[in-house]
Amino acid sequence: MATKSQTRRRIQWRKIGPPILLISPSVILVGTLVLGFIWAWILERPIKGEGFFRSIFLFPMAVSFIASGVVWKWLLNSGVDDNAKGLNRLFQMLGLDFLQNSWTANITFGVVAVAIPAIWQLSGYVMALFLAGFRGIPDELREAARVDGASEWQLYKNIIFPQLSAVALSAVIIIGHMAMKSFDLIMAVTDQRTYSTKVPAIDMYNFMTSGDYSNAAAVGTIMLVIVAALVVPYLIHDAKQRR
Amino acid sequence: MFDTQHPDFTFVNAAVAGGGGSQAKQKLAADLAAQNPPDSFQAHAGAELSDYIDALQIEDVSYLYDKFDLREAFPATLIDRLTVDGKIYSVPTNVHRANVVWANPAVLEEAGIDPAQVLADIDSWIADMEKVKAAGKIPITVGMAWTQLQLLETVLMAELGADGYTGLFDGKTAWDGPEVTAALDKFATIIDLADKSYLNEDWEPALNPVLSGDAAYNVMGDWAIAAFDAADKVYGTDYLAFPVPGTEGMFDFLADSFTLPVGAPNVAGAEAWMETISSMEGQITFNTIKGSIPARSDLTADDIALFSEYQQDAMKAFAEDTIVSSIAHGAATPVAVSNAMNDAVAKFSQGASDVAGLQAEPTAAAAPMSN
Repeated sequence: MATKSQTRRRIQWRKIGPPILLISPSVILVGTLVLGFIWAWILERPIKGEGFFRSIFLFPMAVSFIASGVVWKWLLNSGVDDNAKGLNRLFQMLGLDFLQNSWTANITFGVVAVAIPAIWQLSGYVMALFLAGFRGIPDELREAARVDGASEWQLYKNIIFPQLSAVALSAVIIIGHMAMKSFDLIMAVTDQRTYSTKVPAIDMYNFMTSGDYSNAAAVGTIMLVIVAALVVPYLIHDAKQRR
Repeated sequence: MFDTQHPDFTFVNAAVAGGGGSQAKQKLAADLAAQNPPDSFQAHAGAELSDYIDALQIEDVSYLYDKFDLREAFPATLIDRLTVDGKIYSVPTNVHRANVVWANPAVLEEAGIDPAQVLADIDSWIADMEKVKAAGKIPITVGMAWTQLQLLETVLMAELGADGYTGLFDGKTAWDGPEVTAALDKFATIIDLADKSYLNEDWEPALNPVLSGDAAYNVMGDWAIAAFDAADKVYGTDYLAFPVPGTEGMFDFLADSFTLPVGAPNVAGAEAWMETISSMEGQITFNTIKGSIPARSDLTADDIALFSEYQQDAMKAFAEDTIVSSIAHGAATPVAVSNAMNDAVAKFSQGASDVAGLQAEPTAAAAPMSN
């Protein structure tokens, strides 16, 4: 028979095992970067009402995760068919019944549903970063490439993307660590006991609530190590560049 | 009121917002660990205090019970539940009942159920829920983890009886025994019938369908009466309240109580506060506002007349019924155990574990209690 501490260790490892640890942050990261980049790319070519759209895309960033989380909790209600509320109800009204979804209540992908509000909220920030990056590339470079007969794709691949790499790296680091430590949003959209959305930060809080400080500290330390593995190389890279 | 009884002390309410006191508990834990305690703090009476007692963070206040003659004022069954190794660590302000079903009579009639009938056990209750479902209404709603655990504990009470249920906490009843399995199977049936779209909502949104006439039943503590009052609903006609079938004669109790932390900066102030909240006038004033019932059992008929109809029923039940402790509200188990059970039941309701899993996890969590 397993001793108490062995049982506990096993529970530990299952709880903070790799899948749940990585699914949600990577979906948030990839989704935010892709959406943010597309928005920046659209706004980069001078279009009408750029200032208006720029503000619209940035606005969600100004709302607290807790406030938007409460609204998303209503939108992401898991009721379907007769009990449908929120987004599911909207799908019904639009005749898109097949899109109805259990969202955060899904035991496998529930944690990915939390990525939807996070992406909505953080994409504007990534857009602002990339937009600044695009604007930092002098027009002369593009013109020179076009004169040399480069196709649009070659222009992006060889001229624009390399110049955006520094911006992309900062975006990855900033969004990556925000996604990794996401806590407030999950507490607002679901709660600390919902099985499908238990991420390490929630576990840490739960251990704290039970007065189990050693386990809370252990979870916190593991999170620190993971985030440090992402951030420390960036800081070193940054320091070297500045020299 | 405290100001008139003890004009030489000022009461500072340092409430921390957050459902179920979860945020306040974090702040309190940090303050206690840093040896910077408040003069007094509120906690659920019973086993939930054992963590503070074990950490030597709260004082024995038995002497206050002698000083204010509280041993006679509170019912003996309550004193028993507050006493740990012969010592009492808190002064209760109020008592809540958790094993209450709130029902919408209009929905019941629509399903062909006589609202006046008294159900004898969980099986007949489940049969009624099937009827409600057949009539196209929601049989029962249940909210976030602790409301699920509260429903579970009332099913356990109904199936195991008061003694069997209480035995779960001192090792006399086995968590992994066949009686518990049978009860959990019934709980599984109820969860199956429940509307699962409220599983991460607080108790109020989950109770709402009963008010609006979409759902038949909800199990909630008697603080739910505030929600019905706020919607101007009338007890007896717009909504019904009765003990969970099979728990007739049992009072699933939880009490709010105040403590004296070790090293409290102003002990005299804390003692004065406890005198006020335990006094007859203090308890009447507090409970007529909160909707709970006084922990004291020595109220006169005139005093009792100050309370609402439901509260008067509850006071009678508290005096006559067998008192059993709530798991979901920390009266029966230490915080860590009830948290583990919350986790287990939330996992089950979402469909991530089966009845065997639901049974194994509380068994492991409760194991330290029987030693």
